[in-house]
Amino acid sequence: MIEQRPVAAWFSHTVLILGVVVVAFPIWITFVGASHDAIRMTQVPLPLLPGDQFFINLKAAFVDGVGNAKEQSVGIMMFNSLIMALMIAVGKIAISLLSAFAIVYFRFPFRMMFFWMIFITLMLPVEVRILPTFEVVANFGMLNNYWGLTVPLIASATATFMFRQVFLTVPDELLEAARIDGAGPMRFFKDILLPVSRTNIAALFVILFIYGWNQYLWPLLITTDKSMYTIVMGIKQMLEAAEEAPEWHLIMMTTLLAMIPPVLVVIGMQKLFIKGLTETEK
Amino acid sequence: MAKVLIEDIIKSYGETEVLHGINTDIADGEFIVIVGPSGCGKSTLLRMIAGLEDISSGTISIDGKVVNTLEPKDRDIAMVFQNYALYPHMTVFKNMAYGLKLRKFSKKEIKVRVDRVAKLLQLEELLDRKPRQLSGGQRQRVAMGRCIVREPKVFLFDEPLSNLDAKLRVQMRLELRKLHKRLKVTSIYVTHDQVEAMTLGDRLVVINDGYTEQIGPPLELYEKPASIFVAGFLGSPAMNFLSAQISADGNSVQLSETVQVSVDSVNRQIIAEKKVTFGIRPEHFSLSDKGKTGLPLTVDHAEFHGASTIIYGRLQGNDELITVRLPHVHHINPKTVLMLTALPEHIHLFDPKTGKRI
Ligand SMILES: Nc1ncnc2c1ncn2[C@@H]1O[C@H](COP(=O)(O)OP(=O)(O)OP(=O)(O)O)[C@@H](O)[C@H]1O
Ligand SMILES: [Mg+2]
Repeated sequence: MIEQRPVAAWFSHTVLILGVVVVAFPIWITFVGASHDAIRMTQVPLPLLPGDQFFINLKAAFVDGVGNAKEQSVGIMMFNSLIMALMIAVGKIAISLLSAFAIVYFRFPFRMMFFWMIFITLMLPVEVRILPTFEVVANFGMLNNYWGLTVPLIASATATFMFRQVFLTVPDELLEAARIDGAGPMRFFKDILLPVSRTNIAALFVILFIYGWNQYLWPLLITTDKSMYTIVMGIKQMLEAAEEAPEWHLIMMTTLLAMIPPVLVVIGMQKLFIKGLTETEK
Repeated sequence: MAKVLIEDIIKSYGETEVLHGINTDIADGEFIVIVGPSGCGKSTLLRMIAGLEDISSGTISIDGKVVNTLEPKDRDIAMVFQNYALYPHMTVFKNMAYGLKLRKFSKKEIKVRVDRVAKLLQLEELLDRKPRQLSGGQRQRVAMGRCIVREPKVFLFDEPLSNLDAKLRVQMRLELRKLHKRLKVTSIYVTHDQVEAMTLGDRLVVINDGYTEQIGPPLELYEKPASIFVAGFLGSPAMNFLSAQISADGNSVQLSETVQVSVDSVNRQIIAEKKVTFGIRPEHFSLSDKGKTGLPLTVDHAEFHGASTIIYGRLQGNDELITVRLPHVHHINPKTVLMLTALPEHIHLFDPKTGKRI
């Protein structure tokens, strides 16, 4: 039911505005913090209005680096995070698309066994098997590189299930029409199946990019080389500055920077993302 | 253009056999309609010809070549699906061009062919649209266009008109007929709609429960149905069937103790006093002249269809339901008794045990 009375409109707007304030306030504080110098940030009360140090802090954090991670500029850490998030998102999507394609469209021996094996991995996320996974990655010599950062996180059952579901809604006639038109299995995959699931791929990409960007535990475990630090673990390291007090103004700046790529991905893919989650027409 | 030969085709899904040995011989350029009730195996047969379904036993050959194990793309056929199966993300042009592209036609040749077919089907304006921006009838034509551009040896249609509204269906039926006259490509058309079958087909293959009941031109099937099934399936309203017995002298059938109808025994193997099923179409009755005898029918109700009147009633004496179709408008009140004459040359007799024509 849609309420038309002014009181109801007034009420719902209040609730919405309050919601926005609750979400936006910490971000505002981060922004304000990033625009003051170190001294102001140690005095109480904390400032509520922006200062004039924003671009100085920006340069200091982005190029020169912060606190304990001093040798590493935020720029490099963000680059590492970006590569990691992209590799995880693209890798997961590629592997899940292919495995879902195999499970839905091919009749091979032990098909259901493979299906259930993939299913079981749902119950074993990285956090549960972190030690053996670390052992394996270490033995493969993948510590301190992008492969070690991403490969263990790529294998994923959720995405496989999602694509299986998507493929099951594609009418059989489409496959048959393509077969009659002369398309082999890979042709069908590339020319028909991929474009038809385009919006689902986009939606999943957004989710996985953010998932990859926000990884903390796994990068912490397998990167010892500062040049491989990612931004999320980098922020944590900055807080653990040995003797001196944390450089709050730079940490706030780093946090602000760390938020930008996921936001850009969401904004850039918003249209496809929403379509992917709501559209049913095939 | 090609002949299609279907020999002893059997199809089983696991233990259950759904087609029990179908034989048909389709001539070059012929329009064949496979017709039968829902679930009788028509689509299965068509899909076997297309190569989308394995053949359990028997052979299918196209243009003299056995195609049993060939992939669909190597059979040189094209198929129109019931829900069109257009590629949703491609424009009309790309939909039609896809098969040609995969067959490595040059860009120029593809353009020439698609444009020619688009013109033939009046799709020129729509070439840049996506399927979801088209009406049902337009989609239908695109699906047809996709087949025609390929210039295959055989067209296969699986109930292509069943998703259209009644008026459009009639119009598309005519267009399909005209198109076939022009292109003269061997066509196999599956439908469960007997009107579509009668109007489109050069010949019909009537299938029931996985068996062929009869094969022949529409009129022949209508006038000389080989079995009770075919007789009842074709024609609307359906044929009347009454249980009857041949009289002792073999010149008439006894419908009840009091009612009998004389039949000619030419071309019939009449056995005296045998039990038979007596069949007559609703339009093959006429009102008896005043004072003459006939079949007495107590009218239940009458429907006016403009050009004709359909009367439902019960035969006096054995109470069986009868449908009668009389030309023109007749105002008949319920409970009146009509005297009807069954036109002797249109009387069908069937063996009640085998269902076959006598
Ligand atoms: N994959 C399958 N496995 C088992 N039985 C099947 C399969 N496909 C079809 N059948 C059976 O085969 C029979 C014929 O099916 P078919 O689709 O050919 O019917 P049809 O004549 O086209 O009917 P309709 O007019 O409803 O489309 C049906 O009884 C159906 O249940
Ligand atoms: Mg069917």
